[in-house]
Amino acid sequence: MDSEATPVHADLTLVVNGREHRLNVDTRASLLDVLREDIGLTGSKKGCDHGQCGACTVLIEGRRANACLALAVAHDGAEVVTVEGLADGERLSPVQEAFIENDAFQCGYCTPGQLCSATGMLDEVDQGWPSAVTADVSTEPVLDDDEIRERMSGNLCRCGAYVGIVAAVRAGARSREAAEA
Amino acid sequence: MRPFTYERATSAEDALNRHDGDAYYLGGGTNLVDLMRLGVETPARIVDVAHLPYDQVQLNPDGGVLIGAAVTNSALAADRTVREGHPMLAQAVLAGASGQIRNMATVGGNLLQRTRCSYFQDIAKPCNKRDPGSGCPAIEGEHHNLAILGHSQACVATHPSDMAVALAALDALVHIRGRAGARVVPIEDFYRLPDDAPERDTVLDPGDLITAVEVPLLGMPSRYRKVRERASFAFALVSIAASLDVVGGLVRDVRLALGGVAHRPWRARRAEEALRGAPATPDAFRAAADAELAEAEPLRDNAYKVPLARNLIVQTLTELEETS
Repeated sequence: MDSEATPVHADLTLVVNGREHRLNVDTRASLLDVLREDIGLTGSKKGCDHGQCGACTVLIEGRRANACLALAVAHDGAEVVTVEGLADGERLSPVQEAFIENDAFQCGYCTPGQLCSATGMLDEVDQGWPSAVTADVSTEPVLDDDEIRERMSGNLCRCGAYVGIVAAVRAGARSREAAEA
Repeated sequence: MRPFTYERATSAEDALNRHDGDAYYLGGGTNLVDLMRLGVETPARIVDVAHLPYDQVQLNPDGGVLIGAAVTNSALAADRTVREGHPMLAQAVLAGASGQIRNMATVGGNLLQRTRCSYFQDIAKPCNKRDPGSGCPAIEGEHHNLAILGHSQACVATHPSDMAVALAALDALVHIRGRAGARVVPIEDFYRLPDDAPERDTVLDPGDLITAVEVPLLGMPSRYRKVRERASFAFALVSIAASLDVVGGLVRDVRLALGGVAHRPWRARRAEEALRGAPATPDAFRAAADAELAEAEPLRDNAYKVPLARNLIVQTLTELEETS
């Protein structure tokens, strides 16, 4: 084996779902692999490993991101929330409740990514971020079904539960609003 | 994936010092990490520049904006000044990728993303861009989504960025730090046509670091439109960034750039020239589009892009005329 093929390791600190983890990882490791293999949180799923399916979606510093495209070492010191961290103890988040009530999954493989993505997306809407279907980007977006579909396009569901997912995100947004009111 | 060392740069000087000529700068990693996983890129050394203090969108005294290279796509598209003053730029950024990827991707990295030509991305296939001199199977092979303008016998790839198309129409300037100091390059000169050196997408030299993109004041209505094979999260077949200023029924100023048609964002200078001072009518828009596309040389399976680009130019200008 030549020297170029020798793996390189680096120290890494991550705060995942509020808990600090000190690790030493291969620089090539994705955040997804570190979460699943080193920390043992297997909720985040590996689908395509190319950022196209969204099954690996987590929140990094509060923003939804594809953990498969994130080099773990590039996120040293970051706060990460995975699907395991969305609930408050035994109490599910409004988005999680809404996914159950609206039949928003079948096999469930894409669901952790859908839940994290929807949670991050609703925060983006709360902050007034426009989308590709917002008719006038200078205005505040209104979250209708077209907006939900566009904003969730980074999460694929091979079972085709999209109708339920749109309904769940719509309901989750309403119950978040009600909880904040 | 080949093992690599990872270093986090603390300043532009530090990044330049750490770059040994072969290192790769890392932004959000959404393209680079994928290409490393595919074996297309094999860096031995990565210098992370995503944490450099280039994460602000600043309003310039002239009414333009200075966008730091580490600003995320999401932050750029959410910026109030950009949304109000340069809507086509916000729209272009929002037309690209997914919400997750836009949260990770940076402006500097967006400019430097590589073509999605399937031969470039498959290391089992020849590709002059990836492996100079190995050939271009796309010319006779799968090219329905590749170039109709400015391509060469060596390469028919297209540039994938939506943001860069809007920047081309906006006369943006790319701010670069290199070994010889700082310089500013107009975006049209920043990107290359493939000619006989398709391995070079831009005029950057090894170690050059993009620090910002400067966008001058626009001051007229603008719009970005994108035609793709599905409604969201897909690259452009053809896209357009357009801006139009009409006074007394005549075109006073116009900006047009096309995406998905060439190795770089295609500034439609011939169409602009044909339109300045002309009546702002669909007939004039059609004539201008034809003037631009007269030099198109479609491949066997992508001639559809010529009428698509033409219709997109006419329709988008007509809509801008109706709203101005």
